[in-house]
Amino acid sequence: MPITRGFRGRGRAERDPRLPPGQYDAHDDWPVLNAEVTPRLDTATWTFEIEGLVSNPTTWTWDEMHALPPSTYEGDIHCVTTWSKLGMRFDGVSVDTLLEIAQPLPTATHVMAFSHTGYTTNLPLADVTDGKAWVAWEVDGQPLPRDHGGPARLLVPHLYFWKSAKWVAGLRLLDHNEPGFWEQNGYHDRGDPWLEQRYQGD
Amino acid sequence: MATVIDIRTETPHAKTYRLRPERPARHRAGQHYVVRLTAEDGYSASRSYSVASPPDDSGEFELTVERLDDGEVSTFLHDELVVGDEIEVRGPIGGFFVWDADAPALLIGGGSGIVPLMAMLRLARNTGKSDLVRLVVSARSPDDLYYADEVVGPETTIVFTRTAPPDSVRAVGRLQADDLKHALLPDATVYICGSDAFANAAGDLCVQLGVPTERIRVERFGPSA
Repeated sequence: MPITRGFRGRGRAERDPRLPPGQYDAHDDWPVLNAEVTPRLDTATWTFEIEGLVSNPTTWTWDEMHALPPSTYEGDIHCVTTWSKLGMRFDGVSVDTLLEIAQPLPTATHVMAFSHTGYTTNLPLADVTDGKAWVAWEVDGQPLPRDHGGPARLLVPHLYFWKSAKWVAGLRLLDHNEPGFWEQNGYHDRGDPWLEQRYQGD
Repeated sequence: MATVIDIRTETPHAKTYRLRPERPARHRAGQHYVVRLTAEDGYSASRSYSVASPPDDSGEFELTVERLDDGEVSTFLHDELVVGDEIEVRGPIGGFFVWDADAPALLIGGGSGIVPLMAMLRLARNTGKSDLVRLVVSARSPDDLYYADEVVGPETTIVFTRTAPPDSVRAVGRLQADDLKHALLPDATVYICGSDAFANAAGDLCVQLGVPTERIRVERFGPSA
């Protein structure tokens, strides 16, 4: 990488090893970056569904979702715009729990996560299974704020955070990959922060 | 890599950098570039900045950057960078918050959020499509208004939130529904750009005025984005 004449960067004692390359710690700040108007969703009418290549397409209401065994993520999140937040806690339900009920067909290889706003993002099925993904409705012990995707968002913290669809409405299981919203607008299909997969072509 | 061709002061806190990239690419109005700075020890910092200049054949583009006191990249650009320097840029990026002068648009910008909207206004004026565009821009005071001399025109409404010129017709104050009503062209796509608080307020006003949410596109600026 070319050295920029005169650039020293922030005074830093030692870089936190939890930060992927090119990221910085946002500390108490939590930026909001959605491209659509922030919706107001009512938990009384909220639903989440798993559809597509599954034996048992299922829709859950808010109460039904909350009756499932709970699961917690404690760790870091990374945004493609270079901020990271370390040591967060999200509570909700594991996507594994939901998929056990919906039963993916053997032909399913990818998912398209879709939101109540029309937002979409694509992921390999392998990136939302085996303890890697949640539907989350609490952050750091409080209900997930509207600006950050409340009442519930998808959480896939090992990938850049645009994959963690805010105001998530469901997952559609597919036998092929197709680009979601940001992926169609120049961002990477997979988005691994440790490989700096930010933009198409990375 | 891109070479700095020119640096212009827009306001006490904002400068415009004219850049000539090694490999010119014609951007679309509303797109941005990522600027990456690398220190000698390999530490790097990247930030996105919207393109202020309209698409053209010059092979150059302009970024307007606000200097944030605790900004890692903006302070370097303002305090260190000089004409002739080279910086690493990546882009143009973006496919959603873009306007191609082919449909009516209402542009609503707060503070530095005017930057990508200025590319759109300039494109409209350059191509004789001014009647497709209305711009409503909010700034704290005349000193904080970017492109002050250029932005005025029949397409533009300026809203001052803290200090207004003495001959102002509109009273000082935040953006309101009345500021947007007359600017709402039929079937316009709305482009909102500014801080998160501004974007939320402007978005809510548009929804109240009956704009379908699918026709509202938002770009949120902030210290960390």
